[in-house]
Amino acid sequence: MEKAIDKTGVRIGMWIFLYSEIILFGGLFVLYAVYFHNFPEDFATGGKELNRIIGTINTLVLLISSFTVAASITAVQRQKTGQAIALILFSLGCGLLFLVNKYFEWGAKFAHGLYPNSDRLYEEGPGFNIFFGLYYTITGLHGLHVIIGMILLSISLVLVIRGRVTAQRFAMLENSGLYWHLVDLIWIYVFPLFYLVL
Amino acid sequence: MSTVTEHRDSQHFPAEHASFFATTSPPGQKGIWAWLLTHDHKRLALMYLWAVFFWLTLALLLGLALRVELMAIGETIMPADVYNAVFTLHGVIMIFLFVIPAIPAIFGNFMLPIQIGADDVFFPRLNLLSWYLYMLGGAVAIVSLFTGDGFADTGWTFYVPFSVTTETNVSLTVSAAFILGMSSLLTGLNFVTTVHRMRVKDMGWLQIPLFTWSLYATAWVQILATPVVSITLVLVVLERFLNIGLFDPDRGGDPLLYQHLFWMYSHPAVYIMILPGMGVISEIIPVFSRKAIFGYKGIVVSSLAIAIAGSLVWAHHMYTSGMSDVSVFVFSLLTFLVAIPSAIKVFSWVSTMYKGSILMTPPLLLALVFIYLFTVGGLTGLVIGAAGTNIHVHDTHFIVAHFHFTMFGGTGFAFFAALHFWWPKMFGLMYNFKRAYLGAILATVGFIFHYVPMFILGMQGMPRRYFDYLPQFETGNFLAGFGGILLVAGILLMFVNLWLSFVSRERAEGDPWGGTTLEWAVPSPPPVHNFIDVPRILDYPYDFSEVLRRAAEREKGN
Repeated sequence: MEKAIDKTGVRIGMWIFLYSEIILFGGLFVLYAVYFHNFPEDFATGGKELNRIIGTINTLVLLISSFTVAASITAVQRQKTGQAIALILFSLGCGLLFLVNKYFEWGAKFAHGLYPNSDRLYEEGPGFNIFFGLYYTITGLHGLHVIIGMILLSISLVLVIRGRVTAQRFAMLENSGLYWHLVDLIWIYVFPLFYLVL
Repeated sequence: MSTVTEHRDSQHFPAEHASFFATTSPPGQKGIWAWLLTHDHKRLALMYLWAVFFWLTLALLLGLALRVELMAIGETIMPADVYNAVFTLHGVIMIFLFVIPAIPAIFGNFMLPIQIGADDVFFPRLNLLSWYLYMLGGAVAIVSLFTGDGFADTGWTFYVPFSVTTETNVSLTVSAAFILGMSSLLTGLNFVTTVHRMRVKDMGWLQIPLFTWSLYATAWVQILATPVVSITLVLVVLERFLNIGLFDPDRGGDPLLYQHLFWMYSHPAVYIMILPGMGVISEIIPVFSRKAIFGYKGIVVSSLAIAIAGSLVWAHHMYTSGMSDVSVFVFSLLTFLVAIPSAIKVFSWVSTMYKGSILMTPPLLLALVFIYLFTVGGLTGLVIGAAGTNIHVHDTHFIVAHFHFTMFGGTGFAFFAALHFWWPKMFGLMYNFKRAYLGAILATVGFIFHYVPMFILGMQGMPRRYFDYLPQFETGNFLAGFGGILLVAGILLMFVNLWLSFVSRERAEGDPWGGTTLEWAVPSPPPVHNFIDVPRILDYPYDFSEVLRRAAEREKGN
């Protein structure tokens, strides 16, 4: 009675969902574009406050994890479950590392009096305040997506271990992987917009 | 995930013809769980139906209370702060819990899979999740009423800076709107995937019934635009808790940007509201004219054109907000362009009836009322869309009358028409025509007496959303109140009449109207997998020759 799963249909649904996530961030990028146009100098000074080394490390961490997630799907397709489990675990570790870095980065900014509604931001002027307002909003929302992505990957991990994700049925892992790539993709835009701004 | 019609295991379904009320999906659910855990798109549609009935009635009564308050100068039945909360509540409920979800979630869920010959939507469990999100959103709205410092008093637009500074419970209210947005987004995602992947093989794109086409166009707008308002509402909450200053001019923010972000979704959203209604009318008119719809392709293309052009006109809500003249010019021009596809549809409906063999029924009457009211709403929209006249009537009662003509006279009456058109299909029961006509006529007359005075009040300069007014506006407001009472009475009569069909239990046959789309080829109410045999697809979805032949035979038999 069960029809074979229509993989294309599942993929269409997932891609539409990913698209809606991009539009979600799109609203924030619109804000960024307008405010960057209004305060280009302040954005440049704001960007210098950020730690480019941690930013670069985080970019690499996410890129590598994207690769390992993709590799885990191939491993599942080749029925190498052990390899797949190791790769997903590694990706989860990368996600965790990203969040730890973010935690130290945010913590350092807070210590310098750079947090939403702080006195220093108010004194430094409107452009500076907006830059950090956007920084916390966008990286915060992105961080939330990293956490959601890690939850999805963890669920896939459990399913792989229990043998519910197989070479024939890997939609859950594939979609979690797509979500993880999305998280990566958004970061690829966030990184230059904040860390490498002129 | 889903099942096919061909390979049905007859052991599980001893009575293939039994209605979906008698068969659970997935099989084996008992009692209330057969509803609360169902994957059946038809059961979900009915669950939406009851929830929407509740919200619509509540918001109607709130709206009536507002107009009774305005019937006389000064405080009549409620103080000013309650008035502010009530008009916000009326707007939020009507927009997010009635107008946006009503037609897609009820009739879309029920009819879309049947119209394309499928046995369910593509993601049945996601469909169930959408329903729970809808209910959760409604529950959060109710909670926000009774917690904190009372329901938001900002109006449904949540404009900054007021929404960020007011003491009332805005955070919870926008969370409700956020959750409801998720629900409608997931329904849209589901419909797009369903239309692409679940159509029976013989049905090409230009053989899809127009209601499904309109839902398809709507679904794309939902997917495209909803995330923008979601992020905007998130920003309102963030501003309230963290005070970032993204919209605070003192700290570099631009309040105008909030309006841009808000309307980038919320203007396309008005097309989310009207397109499914237009789809309903495109189904009803040909059936009761016994004539192929005039300009099938024109209607399909205009649905898509409305969806695309409608996404580009958001800033016509902001002519007086301080945009540049160039923006005002561009957005005014684009706004005029949207009128063209809407007009194509109206012409097509009227041309369909021309030289048709018209059979008057309650759904047709309501569809005709729709065409009339929507045309008035659309034409007054041009008055507002033109930058010059807009400045005169901006934020006056003229606007209130205009969008009620489109949203209520349009979508609301399309909803009533759909209700009367598909009620026999959904429940297998026919209602009393006389009471239905009476209710429809009362509602229409009441509607016109209710909203036409507001056009005049607006031209005279009475602002919207004000608790009190000058003596020269008293006559208009007083008269509008009586119209409002008639309107609500008419609608309640329609609802009571539909409800009474459960008492009289007059059976409706599979095809009581003589329709050609697939939902009329299955029994009323449909069996759990919709089709007993593989559905037969007409070359052209509105070919009435078969219906006319059957009618002629019946006549000969008599």
